[in-house]
Amino acid sequence: MIRHDYSRVDSKRRANLDYKKRQFANAEFQQQNYEHRLNFYVLPPTAEITLEEFETWAINRLKVLSELEGCSFRNRGPEETAEYMKGILDKYLPLRSDSSRSQKLQDERRRDHYSHFILRLAFSSTEDLRRRFSRLETMLFSLRFKNDDLRERQEFVRNLNLEWEEVKDEEKRELKDELHAASGIKKTEEQEWFKVDWERVPELVGQRKVLLRRGVAYVPQREQMSMVVAEFTKRLDEALELTARALPRLDEDDRLAPILAHLSQSFTAPDAAYSTSDANIDGLSTITANNIDTLSQNFPLCMRNLHSTLRENSHLKHYGRLQYTLFLKGIGLGLDECLVFWRRSFKLMTDDKFQKEYKYNIRHVYGDVGGDANRRGRGYTPYSCQKLLTEPLPGPGQSHGCPYRSFTPDNLLSALQRMGINDRDVLKTVKEDVGKQRYHVACNRVFEWSHKREIKKVKDDGSWSATDLDTIVHPNTYFKRSWLLKHLGEGNVGFVGESAMGGEEKMEE
Amino acid sequence: MPHSVTPESTPADEPSTTVTQGDTDTVEPEAEAEAEAEAEAEPKAEAEAEAETQDVAMEEAPTPTASEQPKVNLEELFDDGDSDDEFTSSVPMPASQDQEQGELSQPAPIKVTSKSSFSDPEIMRAFYQRLFPFRPLFQWLNHSPTPSNDFAHREFAFTLPNDAYLRYQSFPTADLLRKQCIQLLPSRFEIGPMYSTNPRDRKTLRKASAFKPVMKELVFDIDMTDYDDIRTCCTGASICLKCWGFITMAIKTIDVALREDFGFKHILWVYSGRRGAHAWVCDKRAREMDDQKRRSIAAYLELLKGGDQSGKKVNARRPLHPHIERSLVILKEHFQTSILAEQDPWASEEKAAHLLNLLPDPTLKAALQKKWDSAPSRPSASKWADIDALAKSGSLSITPRDLLEAKQDIILEYTYPRLDAEVSKKLNHLLKSPFVIHPGTGRVCVPIDTRTVEEFDPLTVPTVTQLLQEIDDWEGEEGEKKLQDWEKTSLKPYVEYFRRFVAALIEEEKQVLKREREEDVDAMEF
Ligand SMILES: [Zn+2]
Repeated sequence: MIRHDYSRVDSKRRANLDYKKRQFANAEFQQQNYEHRLNFYVLPPTAEITLEEFETWAINRLKVLSELEGCSFRNRGPEETAEYMKGILDKYLPLRSDSSRSQKLQDERRRDHYSHFILRLAFSSTEDLRRRFSRLETMLFSLRFKNDDLRERQEFVRNLNLEWEEVKDEEKRELKDELHAASGIKKTEEQEWFKVDWERVPELVGQRKVLLRRGVAYVPQREQMSMVVAEFTKRLDEALELTARALPRLDEDDRLAPILAHLSQSFTAPDAAYSTSDANIDGLSTITANNIDTLSQNFPLCMRNLHSTLRENSHLKHYGRLQYTLFLKGIGLGLDECLVFWRRSFKLMTDDKFQKEYKYNIRHVYGDVGGDANRRGRGYTPYSCQKLLTEPLPGPGQSHGCPYRSFTPDNLLSALQRMGINDRDVLKTVKEDVGKQRYHVACNRVFEWSHKREIKKVKDDGSWSATDLDTIVHPNTYFKRSWLLKHLGEGNVGFVGESAMGGEEKMEE
Repeated sequence: MPHSVTPESTPADEPSTTVTQGDTDTVEPEAEAEAEAEAEAEPKAEAEAEAETQDVAMEEAPTPTASEQPKVNLEELFDDGDSDDEFTSSVPMPASQDQEQGELSQPAPIKVTSKSSFSDPEIMRAFYQRLFPFRPLFQWLNHSPTPSNDFAHREFAFTLPNDAYLRYQSFPTADLLRKQCIQLLPSRFEIGPMYSTNPRDRKTLRKASAFKPVMKELVFDIDMTDYDDIRTCCTGASICLKCWGFITMAIKTIDVALREDFGFKHILWVYSGRRGAHAWVCDKRAREMDDQKRRSIAAYLELLKGGDQSGKKVNARRPLHPHIERSLVILKEHFQTSILAEQDPWASEEKAAHLLNLLPDPTLKAALQKKWDSAPSRPSASKWADIDALAKSGSLSITPRDLLEAKQDIILEYTYPRLDAEVSKKLNHLLKSPFVIHPGTGRVCVPIDTRTVEEFDPLTVPTVTQLLQEIDDWEGEEGEKKLQDWEKTSLKPYVEYFRRFVAALIEEEKQVLKREREEDVDAMEF
């Protein structure tokens, strides 16, 4: 996927790249010393690492970035995100402060440095990937910036040489009223101010938190973070552009190319957290059209709703059909069985009509027909909660989407009761969740309640790790987890193991 | 686009995450013909069209190359069935005019009658041939007199007479743009960003990422539709001088913020031809902004939140940000006249109830309600005065400061600019060109001089038919210098204003370039 026209890189730049590439690949063993915990990632790494390290470090960082993205999809606030990420960071990408006096300090910083640059290579190929990578790296940087030791942070910032002009006392006096009105800081509060081009603090401008005068923003010291972060993003974006242009040279190294390609593939759908491994459930024999009614006991509400609507009306409208077909594909229902399922379900319809108007769509979803891209990608990816929650709400007669979002509270509660949720506290809390638009939280709550016994069991006997019980953000994960929990002890179940990342390996040709 | 094959499919279903997508998008299988019409939906809901006036002063324009000429002569097609004698009857042209125009244009004499409609092909052709200021438009977008990529890589999008929408057009020179307009007779055209490569070549590129927008003016769109819930004088597409006051207020408020806060100097305001105005911020610094910065500026300038059903739309933070404070000072004056007197927004009981809803004090509300129940049709100015009067006479349970702030919020809700912010947020958003004709009104989208913005009257903006009539009626003396057609019409002050605007922009651009070159030299010396 990163094979491009070499001639586009001009000769001057090529020389440069060759130089860097030589350094990167030829292993002049030059260990960098990392003075600061935080890193602007200006200098690329120069020392050699093994291929295994190369991949492992990158995958660990990827895990962190995917989780961060998940947080933003679920609208977690900054504190909630920090809380949630703490364990994940400690596990996959620990980065301790100087004051910790840890032996591993340099090693951690080296991993952080390398993994950043590896992912930079993997994700610079398209504009979309670059933008996403930059956004997530920025989130990660701010998270760490906030947690950093205050003194070490100041030291780090001073070392950046960001060229902020300090506002002199005279000007501070002159602009006193405006400065305070703009920032909301009380006049009695002593405050240092910096002058920068407004483009360096676009968020503060957008929130009208700074005074603007002819293109210059007056930024209070306490907003320093926002400026540092903006600078981080700016430099990263510029560097990514350069990396993108350098890519044609780098994929000549055929040891790295497959790893990089795989990394960026995994990154393409982290929100989905769906993988073909979800369709590969140990202990669950091949699914046929006949099984769906039974299996629907393990479906999340959105899919149960589609299933029961389908049974009631012998029909589903387009979006519902699409959402449901994708889900069924995701749980492992093959194309032929899927066609059988729909043909039987539309029992009021003639064969002719079904063949003409519906079959093609289903085959398309499975990648059986359609353009090259569709076939190669094996059709469409099952929708994640994120996707369902950001799509337009269903119209009259439609039943797709997330019921937690689209049902009125009363209808939602009776649907849940039909599903067997009769605990008043749970129903009440679900209603509150929904009121705060935390639909996925409500759904997870329902899951936890209806599997409470099984969850307790796997936690107690240690057969499932905490990550196996992460927040569910995909209907197919809901199904898989539900099915496994309800079939504990039947054969080789209990192993959910693979992360989304590992699972996706199977999607490669 | 696999979905387009199936009857019920929708593009929204396309999975956006397949790995291959980036690559497949980049290389389109068929290199399509240059002037292919892309059957896209209308880019913007607003069905405004623009017309451009011909600038006959094309003396500097390079000779067109044959290859740039469209292969089909659409002009001939449009000629069919349009041989109305009234239009083609020939009024002899002054010889001198023919000379100067040379081969570039030989405008057929036009006789405008009361029956002429501004969308007639003959009218449109004459407009593009004789009135539209192509040359200043070229210089405006090119930032220098010598043709450069600033212009050549700029996207133009034409709305053709049959409503087809033709995107990704580009032209090396003003003259080629003019020729295309005369041939296609677009009812209007829009201007998009300058791209990294020539928009016409976009399909031959190996990588999609090689084709991306790199520069465009920061633009704003103010439309009367956004004021419909507070405008009482007119509805729908119609406007009058009273409701134009909303647009005047918006222009004043936004213009000063762009200048004083952001330091922009080259801001062109343009009448949209019916009931709104556009702004083009042309400073280099503005043109180079990415989407994030555009969003920031839009957010900085946006104040009203919520739709029709959401109650109080302004909840300004206190102390007021200096920009809001300054806006309030400007808008307060207009509030007395444009709002209280002219719009009389709380005349009806129902509307007065909305005013009460915006007040935070139940005691005061009750007192006002009582008073207005006995005199429901009190004019808005009196109702507004009642608030303070009753508050002073003891019906106030909140602090006077809280009441003052609530009243400030109300003033802002009724006067603060309502921007169609989406237009401003994207580098690649297209916006109707200045000087085109609005297809609904026939009026030319003329620039608005901010120094005299209060005097601008949209109802007296010339229509295309009127302008052509003015050329026909012109009886002035040809002096030393031969006059161009636009100089004989009421379009003249607008074109002159635009030319001065462009000259100032180019002057500044020269200095920027010079500075940058010097910096380059400095850098090399290190
Ligand atoms: Zn009006």
